[in-house]
Amino acid sequence: MRRIITATVQNRSGVLNRITGMLSKRQFNIESITVGPSETEGVSKMTFVVDVSDDRKLEQLTKQLNKQIDVLKVSDITDKAMVARELALIKVGSNVQTQPEIQGIITPFRASIIDVSKDSVIVQVTGKPEKIDALIELLRPYGIKELSRTGVTAFLRGQQPKVIHEANTLLI
Amino acid sequence: MKVEARPMEETEKGLKRGADIFVESLVEQGVDTIFGYPGGAVLPIYDALYRSNAPFDHVLCRHEQGLIHAAEGYARVTGKPGVVIATSGPGATNLITGITDAMMDSLPMVIFTGQVATRVIGTDAFQEADVIGLTTPITKYNYQVTSLKELPRVIKEAFHIATTGRKGPVVIDIPKNVSEEFASGTYDTTVRLPGYQPTTKPNPLQIRRLQEALSTAERPVLLAGAGVLFAEASEELRKFVKKYQLPVVTTLLGLGSFPGSDPLFLGMAGMHGTYTANMAIYECDLLINIGARFDDRLTGAVQHFAPKAKVAHIDIDPAEIGKNITTQIPVVADAKEALNALMKEEVKKKDHQDWLDHLQKKKAKYPLWYERSKESISPQWLIEQVYRISKGEAIVTTDVGQHQMWAAQFYTFDKPDKWVTSGGLGTMGFGFPAAIGAQLAKPDEMVVAIVGDGGFQMTIQELSVVKERNLPVKIIIVNNEALGMVRQWQEKFYEERYSESILQNPDFVKIAEGYGIKGYRVTKEEDVPALLEEVLYSDGPALIDCRVEKLECVYPMVAPGKGNHEMIGVTK
Ligand SMILES: Cc1cc2nc3c(=O)[nH]c(=O)nc-3n(C[C@H](O)[C@H](O)[C@H](O)COP(=O)(O)OP(=O)(O)OC[C@H]3O[C@@H](n4cnc5c(N)ncnc54)[C@H](O)[C@@H]3O)c2cc1C
Ligand SMILES: Cc1ncc(C[n+]2csc(CCOP(=O)(O)OP(=O)(O)O)c2C)c(N)n1
Repeated sequence: MRRIITATVQNRSGVLNRITGMLSKRQFNIESITVGPSETEGVSKMTFVVDVSDDRKLEQLTKQLNKQIDVLKVSDITDKAMVARELALIKVGSNVQTQPEIQGIITPFRASIIDVSKDSVIVQVTGKPEKIDALIELLRPYGIKELSRTGVTAFLRGQQPKVIHEANTLLI
Repeated sequence: MKVEARPMEETEKGLKRGADIFVESLVEQGVDTIFGYPGGAVLPIYDALYRSNAPFDHVLCRHEQGLIHAAEGYARVTGKPGVVIATSGPGATNLITGITDAMMDSLPMVIFTGQVATRVIGTDAFQEADVIGLTTPITKYNYQVTSLKELPRVIKEAFHIATTGRKGPVVIDIPKNVSEEFASGTYDTTVRLPGYQPTTKPNPLQIRRLQEALSTAERPVLLAGAGVLFAEASEELRKFVKKYQLPVVTTLLGLGSFPGSDPLFLGMAGMHGTYTANMAIYECDLLINIGARFDDRLTGAVQHFAPKAKVAHIDIDPAEIGKNITTQIPVVADAKEALNALMKEEVKKKDHQDWLDHLQKKKAKYPLWYERSKESISPQWLIEQVYRISKGEAIVTTDVGQHQMWAAQFYTFDKPDKWVTSGGLGTMGFGFPAAIGAQLAKPDEMVVAIVGDGGFQMTIQELSVVKERNLPVKIIIVNNEALGMVRQWQEKFYEERYSESILQNPDFVKIAEGYGIKGYRVTKEEDVPALLEEVLYSDGPALIDCRVEKLECVYPMVAPGKGNHEMIGVTK
């Protein structure tokens, strides 16, 4: 099962290395990790998308993360109301004819072309990972020359409903 | 060697170097013994030690692996952190095995490594090694000190981390320029570890659930691990066990947490534990684990481990609970606090005399056994003699292999902190230097290192240290001219193909003499008691090369992949 775990960590040198080392040593299957500064100075926010086989493994993951000295808080937000976003840059083969077609495809995704050259364009898109997956599939026929995805970063929504209807695991 | 004071110009001028601050910080932490080895990157530190009149003893071992195992031995018998200094590069990498060993067995250690100067870090400078990268997976925490003003705080934090919660090794990597630099003013030493707050007090709800489980249990068993010893909770454990008449088993590292000669003690459980201990776990309806991490050597095939039991697990590390064995009653707490909480209220316990009788019958029917050798010495019998003649009072350290298992089986530990062995990593070369550390920590106690002829040769160079300091460590080589444990597995599981497991040994007696130590060889059982009487109670170090039965195996045994109830070699 796929889960989204967030962690706030003390931004000390080596913290990322310590955490990713622990995850690989303990054979956790990490699909993506994002790290960046948070609203508090000296504190970073990490977001993990993990694929775990069962609840025991999931429990181990959060416990092992919590055990790290630099980790302040760990949350599994998969089953909460949340927003999960990713950014992708996609370099697609294009020419004068295909460029308007590409523009037509990306518009409904609220993606934009941020660079144009003779034989390619760079598309920038943000959103839920499955939206990005869908756009990539639509662009594939034009030839994807380069692709870079940032991985998911996620937040709890400001308000948590009593019952969660969204099945987040399907979204990520 | 005691470090003598000799003032130098700078200190006269009142100027302090980073290395002096380092020494002061150790004094502040109450350090009395340092295990170290000098080199280029730690020269400023060694100079500061030389100039200082700090009250600690610096122990120069002859290999960094020796000094870190010695520091582990010190930590195991005192509960205090073992303090280690090594130089950069090869000095640091020579520590890797010992740091991993300490991590596996949760020993408190503070390890200082020298590093090349900050301006050349990352340039493959002479004797540069990425100590932080190398030690991250094998430490509880590590630091590289990049500026002198951090040093006092880092040292304070490191001692705090190493000795609290689940203990463990902390590495501090100090670049040479930091220890050489002159200090200016005072530095902030406030510990800031907002992410580190070990839970020590149990949750009352879980304690109540455990009490309820205890009140209805018909076949309870208590499993005591090293956590009881780390918590210094042997006395509380004994009271709790007596109160509810619980049968007790221990892990290898839990030996001594409960008196081995108490009738309620059923022995060590696991791969080479007693049949009764393993069957007690197999048959019980409530297993109360206090401070054991359900290692695979203990559990055997997990699907057969305590299959009928409700499992309660008291552990200071939440990540250990539910890791290997499904646990119904999790208690995250220090063992002592949990035991005290458990004993606060009287629990009305169902009578389980039948269960105790059943176990006592098993214990009487399936004792540990061996066949006496006709020609040479039976290793198990040898350990029994060491036990008898040392009156069970010795601190026993072991190396890894068959002799380790025999020592665990045949030396009865009635008191805590007398048993020093490498459990989780199973590090050959551990036993002898660990005895040095234990003896330095407990100068008045009898310390016996029981080692194999294979493993002893991995750290044999430390004979220099026992000679130099006239430490009364007694080395007993259980000499089967083989890597016995490997040979046993080859005998049992590889049709006696003894691939690279038979040894041609040096003359250990001459080696001892070469180091200036008394050496003895004994080949017949009849000569053993008198020799032990003489040697164990003699002053100064001594080595006995005991020629034991070569093809002896450790029994009983759980074969790999089997459940603990399927032990082989239970009876003759
Ligand atoms: C050749 C060989 C054979 C072996 N055979 C066996 C065998 O037959 N049986 C066996 O048991 N082992 C055996 N071992 C050892 C085994 O590998 C493990 O090292 C051992 O089982 C671990 O014991 P432990 O869990 O008690 O100790 P540790 O590994 O030290 O674990 C201690 C536990 O206590 C917890 N703890 C720490 N401090 C506290 C505190 N203050 N309060 C509460 N909890 C705390 C820790 O979080 C941890 O979970 C063998 C090893 C070798 C080398
Ligand atoms: C550093 C290291 N290398 C290899 C092993 C694997 N090993 C485990 S027991 C053993 C044999 C030990 O032989 P010896 O020291 O003679 O003790 P014995 O088993 O004969 O009592 C070996 C090689 C180990 N545990 N540690």
